[in-house]
Amino acid sequence: MNALSEAAVAALIVLGALFVLLGSIGLARLPDFLTRLHGPTKATTLGVGALLLASAIFFSSRENGGISLHELAILFFLFITAPVTAHLLAKAALHRQARVDDRRRQGEEASKEL
Amino acid sequence: MLNAAIEIAFVLIGAALALNLYRLLRGPDTSDRILALDTLGINAIALLVLFGINSASTAYFEAALLLALLGFVGTVALCKFLLRGDIIE
Amino acid sequence: MIHRLFPRPFLSLTVFLLWMVITHAVSAGLLLLGALLAIVVPRLTRPFWPDPPRLVRPGQALRFLGVFALDIVTANWRVARQVIGPLHRLSPAFVEVPLDLRDPFVATLLASVVSLTPGTLSIDVDRQRWILLIHALDAPDPQALVREIKARYESPLKEIFACSMPPSK
Repeated sequence: MNALSEAAVAALIVLGALFVLLGSIGLARLPDFLTRLHGPTKATTLGVGALLLASAIFFSSRENGGISLHELAILFFLFITAPVTAHLLAKAALHRQARVDDRRRQGEEASKEL
Repeated sequence: MLNAAIEIAFVLIGAALALNLYRLLRGPDTSDRILALDTLGINAIALLVLFGINSASTAYFEAALLLALLGFVGTVALCKFLLRGDIIE
Repeated sequence: MIHRLFPRPFLSLTVFLLWMVITHAVSAGLLLLGALLAIVVPRLTRPFWPDPPRLVRPGQALRFLGVFALDIVTANWRVARQVIGPLHRLSPAFVEVPLDLRDPFVATLLASVVSLTPGTLSIDVDRQRWILLIHALDAPDPQALVREIKARYESPLKEIFACSMPPSK
């Protein structure tokens, strides 16, 4: 493994891990659900993407092995599924929110009638 | 240089997992917990890939791929439960 | 003949390539199995696929992918700074983007692209009124955001897939 690819792998690893951490900081720190959704669905995806890229370079540049493309399959899959997950989570959260509001309204009406 | 980078990355991802756990336990809503679980899954994939580079073994790929598949299906199932649960209720 | 065998050439190609990547296909048996999957999977999943529009500008599709990849990186950087910066300065907002395209598949593609570029998250596509509902992490000026999304992502997608005409139904 030559110095150039080693440097690239090292940089991608640190960058990827940093983005993973930033996504999780967003998850822990942002004030409400919909803003929280922004952190993990994207920063984390990019972070894992960088790590997978590092892994692909690492295993491709070893002497005995050929080109390693395994990682691309995971990457492809993650990039397809991330929007779907985000969409469903947002829908589920809004749905629950609407239900809670409904209940509250019903409760208020019921207490008015009493 | 590579070893140092891997160690830094382990620490960063460990901190990320701890933050996810905090959100998972704290909530406040079920949807927050599902999001935290999903993120935990993706971060676990990152950790597995890192393990693979650290031990120079390709055996971790299948685990990472499976985790990606199962994490997605699990999250979708949980969301569907939240969306549909009240119809049965 | 070839069209009957592969009703969805792109889907077949994707399945075959993924199979090769996952199995590290080196033996003839594995390649044969992959080819079999490439024929069978599009058939089995046929009911779930909307009629895909034709890809008319492959060159522009590649350029769009490049722009998209660059956007993911730069916009992630911006969101990363927002997340660790002071939170009270953020102004999260729901934004409605009126769509010009009228194709379910391309609309899904646009929604996914919007979701993956940080700062915006698509929540719903209203197929009665053709409005894409997005949530933005920081949108002090929603109209500017709408213009940016339409210019940057929607119009290239419309040209790539040649779907400016409403589908005749």
